Amino acid sequence: MSSTPHPDLADNGHVDFRAVQSTPQFQELRRTHRSFVFPWTVVFLVWYFLYVILAAYFPEFMAIKVLGNINLGIVIGLLQFVSTFVITGLYVSFANRRLDPKATAIREELEALDPSIANQSLAEGGNK
Amino acid sequence: MNIAPVLTTAAEGTNVGEPWLNILIFGIFVAITLVIVLRASKNTKTAADYYAGGRSFTGTQNGTAIAGDYLSAASFLGIVGAIAINGYDGFLYSIGFLVAWLVALLLVAELLRNTGKFTMADVLSFRLQQKPVRIAAALSTLMVCVFYLLAQMAGAGALVSLLLGIDDRLGQSLVIAIVGALMILYVLVGGMKGTTWVQIIKACLLIAGAFIMTVWVLALFGFNFSALLGQAVALSPHGEAILAPGLQYGVSEVAKLDFLSLGLALVLGTAGLPHVLMRFYTVPTAKEARKSVVWAIVLIGAFYLFTLVLGYGAGALIGPERILSAPGGVNSAAPYLAFELGGPLLLGLISAVAFATILAVVAGLTITAAASFAHDVYASVLAKHKPSPEKEVKIARRTVVVIGILAIVGGIGAQGQNVAFLVALAFAVAASANLPTILYSLFWKGFTTRGAQWSMYGGLAAAILLIVFSPVMSGTETSMIPGADFAFFPLKNPGIISIPLAFFLGWLGSVTEKRAEDPAKQAEMEVRSLTGVGAEKAVDH
Repeated sequence: MSSTPHPDLADNGHVDFRAVQSTPQFQELRRTHRSFVFPWTVVFLVWYFLYVILAAYFPEFMAIKVLGNINLGIVIGLLQFVSTFVITGLYVSFANRRLDPKATAIREELEALDPSIANQSLAEGGNK
Repeated sequence: MNIAPVLTTAAEGTNVGEPWLNILIFGIFVAITLVIVLRASKNTKTAADYYAGGRSFTGTQNGTAIAGDYLSAASFLGIVGAIAINGYDGFLYSIGFLVAWLVALLLVAELLRNTGKFTMADVLSFRLQQKPVRIAAALSTLMVCVFYLLAQMAGAGALVSLLLGIDDRLGQSLVIAIVGALMILYVLVGGMKGTTWVQIIKACLLIAGAFIMTVWVLALFGFNFSALLGQAVALSPHGEAILAPGLQYGVSEVAKLDFLSLGLALVLGTAGLPHVLMRFYTVPTAKEARKSVVWAIVLIGAFYLFTLVLGYGAGALIGPERILSAPGGVNSAAPYLAFELGGPLLLGLISAVAFATILAVVAGLTITAAASFAHDVYASVLAKHKPSPEKEVKIARRTVVVIGILAIVGGIGAQGQNVAFLVALAFAVAASANLPTILYSLFWKGFTTRGAQWSMYGGLAAAILLIVFSPVMSGTETSMIPGADFAFFPLKNPGIISIPLAFFLGWLGSVTEKRAEDPAKQAEMEVRSLTGVGAEKAVDH
């Protein structure tokens, strides 16, 4: 991706966010972000509620012994910890590889266009 | 170790261990943190310093502070006790509390860091009409903080009788007042920086303490978890039943549904807790915000694994009967286990950690509530002209004192009341009033001001009204008003109704509103949230 600023993204030295929003680069970033976070949110929520429903409505199933006194309930409970750690790891590696370079490229381009781009609307209190 | 004499004194109403030692260790904690807070206060000049610690914390530091903010005394004493007595059902809580962090990691933390400045309302009102959305967000922020605060302060009273041997009401009130006054001092002087350091130190102590006890307990059973469980089963009047779910929540169909409702509030509430959200502003970049959550997940996950061992360990080494007969009942399982393992010294350490926990959590809530009042209500609504940042921080500091005094009075008033439901209520309100609006404004273009108002007020009102008309308030012997019966809602947890309702209202309010929001603002928010443009360098103003 070229790092030369696109003049059509700025108007009187201020970034035109609607123009930025419609660039293929930004659309690509948005799509990449959503393609990860939405499906994985569904995965962990379904898996969590599966666990909650098993615990609430099928305690006999959870009581099945696996190893010594350790039963399925404890194993599945511990698997919730494992899945949380794994999804965290997957997201971090995905974000570092796929999201950060795209976001940084757009950010640097915009900051080159308008060096005073610091969150002005917030500093002024946003739209009235 | 022979603790029979201690048990006798426990039965007479005094505490376990040496109160003076507990106080001494807590005193050392207070002295060390005070020095750090005073040092931190030297660099607290601007509003960004006061509210967001100058955005100077690293992801690792902030993640540790998040763990310190999140792991309340309720989750330490409460979960260990619940597992020791009711077995598996106590473990269900910890899983909800942990999995909830994935919502924060995947959907909220980084985007919020990139679009907001100091408070949750900054994000919610970014592309909607400022005043109405800010007021609604500030109201729900204040409600969540107050509910959580009262629960913590009431817990402090119970802890006093357990750990310091002070049983009379006056003495307990005095200790609550001292804890409250200390908290006010920390937050007033140290701002977010001081609060963060208190939380970091507390998190390290709490997690290290729990880790040592966990290894110790496991070592006693030759690192055989199955053997530990076997011993817990042998001592429990419920026998094998403590290893499977159902003792607490499996008693009836209503209880099962109640548990589903609680599970929903736990998993969706965390990412809407304003004091958790505010912590994301203390780091310089979205990447550090991501690191914060990763650290928080590691620490919180490890901690809840420890509580599983400690809970069953307390059941195996002490037994439910002795725990329940100790002052403090269920909550005494963890301190009692510490005493059993390491005598008065370990008990003193764990007690001091428990007090530090209350102090740190209350400080985090107070600064969040104060920031929301000064930044969202005063600066954006009440003041005729936009006040200078100095003036705003001055207002925030005054609010800290007011909230601190309210917390003390509330904590004293709540003594002896059954206020355990307040933590669950805080999560339910956060999940109903805050999370739908956060997600809609970050991800849905069509979201409007009216949708935000309907969702926030609707979610807030539904959660609170359902609690008022639930068995928590009336109709049973354990209700707050046992004499009356106006409980027409059978569940103690409102989430299963109020959360979907709030999502629905947010959608309905938006699609029926003719006035469209400014698409340029939506574009700006989306670009800023995903790229972090302008947010990363906006530190030194």
